[in-house]
Amino acid sequence: MPGIEQNVVRTRDVKKSFTMGKISLEALKGINLEIKRGEYISIMGPSGSGKSTLFNMIGGLDKPSEGKVYIDEVDVAQLDAYELAWLRCRKIGYIFQTFNLIPVMTALENVTLPMIFAGMSTDDSMNKGMELLNVVGLADRFHHKPLELSGGQQQRVAVARALANDPAIVLADEPTGNLDLKTGKEIIDLLKRLNKEKKVTIISATHDLKMLDVSDRIFWIRDGKVERVEERSEIKLEVGTMEGEF
Amino acid sequence: MVNESGRVQRQIVLPLSKAMEISFKSLRIRFWRSIITTSGIVLGIAFLMSIFTTNLVNKGLLEKGTLEIKMSLEETEVESAAKQIWLVSLSLLVCVVGITNAMLMSVTERYREIGTMKCLGALDGFIRKLFLLESLLQGLFGSMIGVLIGCGFVIIVNLIKYGGQAVSTFPFFEFLGYMVLVLIIGVVISIMGALFPASQAAKMVPAEAMRSEV
Repeated sequence: MPGIEQNVVRTRDVKKSFTMGKISLEALKGINLEIKRGEYISIMGPSGSGKSTLFNMIGGLDKPSEGKVYIDEVDVAQLDAYELAWLRCRKIGYIFQTFNLIPVMTALENVTLPMIFAGMSTDDSMNKGMELLNVVGLADRFHHKPLELSGGQQQRVAVARALANDPAIVLADEPTGNLDLKTGKEIIDLLKRLNKEKKVTIISATHDLKMLDVSDRIFWIRDGKVERVEERSEIKLEVGTMEGEF
Repeated sequence: MVNESGRVQRQIVLPLSKAMEISFKSLRIRFWRSIITTSGIVLGIAFLMSIFTTNLVNKGLLEKGTLEIKMSLEETEVESAAKQIWLVSLSLLVCVVGITNAMLMSVTERYREIGTMKCLGALDGFIRKLFLLESLLQGLFGSMIGVLIGCGFVIIVNLIKYGGQAVSTFPFFEFLGYMVLVLIIGVVISIMGALFPASQAAKMVPAEAMRSEV
């Protein structure tokens, strides 16, 4: 593996337009960004700024109309359906605002599902699943269904699931959006710990100021462009003076 | 398990046993809804089976029954085959439409689950497989119950009407053949009903998982 400074995500002049009836809407107007392996990134921006579109692009969920998106130095536009599925399964872990655990499966089964897709044997996946549940502190609740778990616990299971195939990137879409302050903080701490210990790159779209506090860099998106990029050192002071959420 | 950096591969799997397990659990967690969908199949199949069984009982009696029974049967034996076929196809058609409707609702309801599975790496085919399996299980189960109800009902009625003769003259092996045929028809129509919803589900994009409430 090349040096640690390798870009895990790189976009070049990414544009994306949607046609709604006769009107063409440009959601992204040329985005250039580079995210290095092991970084903790937050993407901030008001709704309608193109934040979600950019986020989907980075996550290999959508292809740009113009420009290139490279995930792990692979041009996403060149991949066929099978390769994209493989990329989502093995290279990217997703965490959602609404947790999105599969309701019919237990916590452990939810965590092992991506490993099953990846072709791991049942025994191996069970062992690794328990290991991951242990990391997020839920090993004793492995046989519970999502509905029998609290929001914070569900999100922990989702974090474990995101890590199932040792992805290069974990994408978190408003991971604290449906959680109260304290539980949200716990999830952020968990993500930060994993970022440090497992060196996994974390990219999250968020409104949560607590999230900014742990981020290495913050991309502010407005009107389909990167308005500014802030380093950790620049934002520390700000957070101390502000309360609550945007 | 090593992730070779930079090399994208394409092998993603969902073993049939695991798919079966997921489908079965999906049905069980929505037990009452599944029962209602299944009851549509039960009724259609019970109707089909009852017609086949009635024909068989009559056939047996006409061939080997007493003269008295033959006479009475020939009087009532007016219901034409064409009318029977018409009624049966109509009831099976209603059945297919019912299944399609129920499955479509289930697909719209589960957009997030489907999107999430795709984010986790599921191929279109996995999603299709899961929905078709669900329908197959419902069809198989519903048809079995339907066959039992359909033939059970007709046999009891004829026992009351004609006594032991209805059974002693009954062409049993032919009946078994019809049972299997009806079971197959039940499973086939359940899968037919699920084809369109399953392909709708398979076409959903992974970004659906991020969609907030509608």
